[in-house]
Amino acid sequence: MLHPQPYYGKLIVVEGIDGSGKSTQIDLLVKWLTAQGRTVYFSEWNSSELVKSTTRLAKKEKLFTPTTFSLLQATDFADRWENYMLPMLKAGAVVLADRYAFTAFARDVARGVDPLWVRNLYSFAPQPDLALYFRVPLEVAISRILSARAKIKYYEAGMDLGLSEDKVESFTLFQKRIMEEYDRMVEEFNFTVINGTQPIQTQQKQIRALVRRVLNGWEGLPNPMAAAGKNKKRLKKQKSREVA
Amino acid sequence: MTAVSFYGAGFPYRNIDSLPGCLIVLEGTDGVGRSTQMALLRRWLEDEGFAVSDTGLRRSTLTQPGLDAAKSGHTLGRLTMSLFYATDFADRLENSIIPALKAGFYVLSDRYFYSIVARDTVRGGDPEWGRKVYGFALKPDIVFYLRANLDTLITRMANGRGFNYWESGMDMRFADNLFDSFCVYQSQLIEEFDRMAEEYGFVTIDANRPVQDVFHDLCAHIRQLVKPA
Repeated sequence: MLHPQPYYGKLIVVEGIDGSGKSTQIDLLVKWLTAQGRTVYFSEWNSSELVKSTTRLAKKEKLFTPTTFSLLQATDFADRWENYMLPMLKAGAVVLADRYAFTAFARDVARGVDPLWVRNLYSFAPQPDLALYFRVPLEVAISRILSARAKIKYYEAGMDLGLSEDKVESFTLFQKRIMEEYDRMVEEFNFTVINGTQPIQTQQKQIRALVRRVLNGWEGLPNPMAAAGKNKKRLKKQKSREVA
Repeated sequence: MTAVSFYGAGFPYRNIDSLPGCLIVLEGTDGVGRSTQMALLRRWLEDEGFAVSDTGLRRSTLTQPGLDAAKSGHTLGRLTMSLFYATDFADRLENSIIPALKAGFYVLSDRYFYSIVARDTVRGGDPEWGRKVYGFALKPDIVFYLRANLDTLITRMANGRGFNYWESGMDMRFADNLFDSFCVYQSQLIEEFDRMAEEYGFVTIDANRPVQDVFHDLCAHIRQLVKPA
């Protein structure tokens, strides 16, 4: 476990290999919580504006080693953490993250870095209030990725590891390693496992119930915009009634 | 190097068994005269017939443009800066320092990770965390700590490049003006380096003295490392 989350807000993260369906689910969750009148902040892995140009350069020129890859993604995370996630948690928002430190623990270790070293890198990040791990059989994830995307990218496929000359084969082998790391972490970090082969709606129902339990009895920071949105709707209804 | 040794796990995916070169590090606060000594050492070693390669913070091709841009803004947080520097350091170590050492070069490093950890600690970072981040760092053959008093640093800055935002630690606003902030920041850095000197076994050189005297001392120490051909 990471150190306990000490802030007023709530932190919910989703994890899993590419094609496990986690982004679809967290997207639905963001919309649902916002509609509930919660203040929600969403953060996506590898999305810091500050680090973006460096990541782009490294990917284009294939400059990464397992260590620099790991460090640059930690830099990206630190920027999002210091400037967005942490202040939002302190303010009392529900912070939702599509991938968290666990992604680094899985991928970077699959690339060959020391597991304890990468855990120390992220030791400033607290244990989420809820960590959802989307588990799907490897074949399911692969077929989802292959049918949805035109081309698998170099680092995504783990081509830097030299596992195979063939991109799809390399991708499969790399994702398998990552999955093994995730499975190892279920207990270590108290993941709640979601069966990602179920219908989308079934999963969402299950996730909402889990989130409700986490937020039960907690005020949080209200969202005046959402409340205003509700009022607007009410006004609209009233108006349409008047017209009628 | 007599033995390849790392502060922690090193690079587990890489097989590095022997590095015939020699890694020499110059550490110390801003304005102690590191760059001057680097230039003198380079010329001297080359005169002696050794191939020399030099490196310094923020020179990696991977991170230089991004890190420079980040430093020119105002949103760079302490952890982010620390990890950005770690990325720069790792890139130079894996892609330039280690290959040069493999090829038998003398590598002169203007600062190493100690400076980054010292700066981070002065900014309120966890010193243990920083040290563990650099578990991949290679142990140098020798680390010189050029130590100068605050008065010396002030004189050099005033007669050199002047006082600037980062060297004064103005991101931390130790005082409301560059000069006073410089004094607080650099004094704290000196304390941090003094602690590290003991912990890591730096060779401390009195850098309050004239350039030639400092250079003379550095050469004397390096001569002991240099194996006659």
